[in-house]
Amino acid sequence: MFDANPAASPSARVRKVEPSSFGFQPSSVPPPAGGGGDLLEISLGPHHPSTHGVFRMNVVLDGETVVRLKPVFGYLHRNHEKLGEGTSYLGSMPYTDRLDYLNSMTNNWAYAIAVEKLAGLTVPERAEYVRVILAELTRLLNHTCLAGFLMQDCGCSGTPLMYAFRERERILDLFESLSGSRMMCNYQRFGGCRVDPTPAWLAAVAQLVDRYGPFLDEFEELLTGNEIIMARTQGVGRLPAALAVNAGVTGPMLRASGVGHDLRKVDGYGVYPRLNFRVPVGDHGDVYDRYMVRVLEMRESISLLRQALAALPGGPVLDPKAKQRGLRPKAGEAYGRIEGPKGEIGFYLVSDGTANPYRYRVRPPSFVNLTVLEDLCLGHTVADAVIILGSIDIVLGEVDR
Amino acid sequence: MDTVEHVRERLLARFPGAEVTVVPNGSPAGQHSLLISAAHALEIARYLRDEPGLAYDQCSNVTGIDWRDREVIDIVKDSQPGAPGGPPVVVERKVKRIEPGYLEVVYHLYSLARREGPVVLRLRTGNRSTAVSVPSLTPVWRSCEFQEREVFDLFGVVFTGHPDLRRILMWDGYQDHPMRKDYVEPDDYEWEPTPHGDVLTKAKRHYPAPTAPGMTNDE
Repeated sequence: MFDANPAASPSARVRKVEPSSFGFQPSSVPPPAGGGGDLLEISLGPHHPSTHGVFRMNVVLDGETVVRLKPVFGYLHRNHEKLGEGTSYLGSMPYTDRLDYLNSMTNNWAYAIAVEKLAGLTVPERAEYVRVILAELTRLLNHTCLAGFLMQDCGCSGTPLMYAFRERERILDLFESLSGSRMMCNYQRFGGCRVDPTPAWLAAVAQLVDRYGPFLDEFEELLTGNEIIMARTQGVGRLPAALAVNAGVTGPMLRASGVGHDLRKVDGYGVYPRLNFRVPVGDHGDVYDRYMVRVLEMRESISLLRQALAALPGGPVLDPKAKQRGLRPKAGEAYGRIEGPKGEIGFYLVSDGTANPYRYRVRPPSFVNLTVLEDLCLGHTVADAVIILGSIDIVLGEVDR
Repeated sequence: MDTVEHVRERLLARFPGAEVTVVPNGSPAGQHSLLISAAHALEIARYLRDEPGLAYDQCSNVTGIDWRDREVIDIVKDSQPGAPGGPPVVVERKVKRIEPGYLEVVYHLYSLARREGPVVLRLRTGNRSTAVSVPSLTPVWRSCEFQEREVFDLFGVVFTGHPDLRRILMWDGYQDHPMRKDYVEPDDYEWEPTPHGDVLTKAKRHYPAPTAPGMTNDE
């Protein structure tokens, strides 16, 4: 078990902070115990391409080695949760698209599950399968992009990212033809989905799924066995399993540390218990394992998509009895969560019996996963800190909310 | 499957003096929660994590709720002497009282080892203004570190024992707590060429009369 004594956590070393000569916080760096050279305090970000958005890390360097790192949040903060309290239950659905703007389909699903729990709604079987298809497409999209971004961070400028974006665009085309929007899909509804996919759309998905395996082969041939990438990522940013569990890390990052925890298996929501898939688990918990776990997850997603397409039943995709606009759940609360591509995305809703939620809370996976950023980066170089951040897979729309 | 009653019994057996109350949940989700007293919160959390039969090793979600002061109407029954020789008459009377509000911190605990959960813990502050401290559970679960900072930032709950309690989403010099129910958003008025609704009312405050170009004060 991770010894969670606060004095042992790296945060304990940063207490009261004062403005430094650079004019940003935190400062007041204690000189290293054994003498050593001068420490340099730099602000990495917020406008830096490797921070995946407007994210800032206040880094203290000894030479090129990170001796302290404090993430700074909030540049994209718009108090999403307050907006959720000010609008109806359905009114929050399009806002959830803007949380993790790569994965609007899974955000929608997590929110729909929370409301369905709160109001006691049931979902038609066809909708459950459609949700699985869309969630796995989203997983493909997210992991492909992440691999591309990560390689960009490693210094493979251009090619992997462009390959990834080429495939992403094909999936976004499918989302657009189904929901009307590439990224802000607003597709799930309480008790089902908004639009019934046509046979032509399903055929297009099947075609994409058939092409995805060969694409991954090509992608992997380029990257997985690449000596430079192995030298660059292996042994960097190791996350011990005990710390990962204690720090609430979820998703591929937790599984890369060797903990086989996947909500699709654990909670068994939707129709996942009926589908056959494996949960890839890493050995070392380093950046390379995080990349590898995601690639293996994509292979499983392809198999899941094939199974879901084959088993897709007929029938409605939306429970006609489920209220959408005038939904007023009984007073109470519910926490709904699913395995998003980045980890556990959850929505905690408190109802007071009115049309607006009394409390609307998003449990953002990338925000919680950032808890361990400092632990991972200490002792590594700045260039490694950049790829460690890349391997955590954050989206600032979700971190800052 | 652990029920809250089962967890409560184990906690009371281990900590006889602790206050552990089941807070019922009226929604179909039926996920009841446990309200624990601040005095025993840290040792209860440690016990939940370390006791092999419970092993709640992951604190997934931490959040706050702002419960405002509520006006409660109690019906008080007074018995008054009835007609001479007859039985006393019961008269009902409505008494208004203010139930003080509080801030609540909610923790969702899961056990990865046992695939159990969630156990929902709740901590309450004394009121919304002067007694807003609860013990931090970051020493037990590191995942609380940023999430408790967020609750401190947006709700104003002070977590004693937190290793690095600073604002996280709002900037450091910021004074208010935006997720409080009585938060008043700042009047950041900007002129709009086609004012409507709220914008127009705001504009009237800024330009009493005569109006700014493109605006009418007719309404």
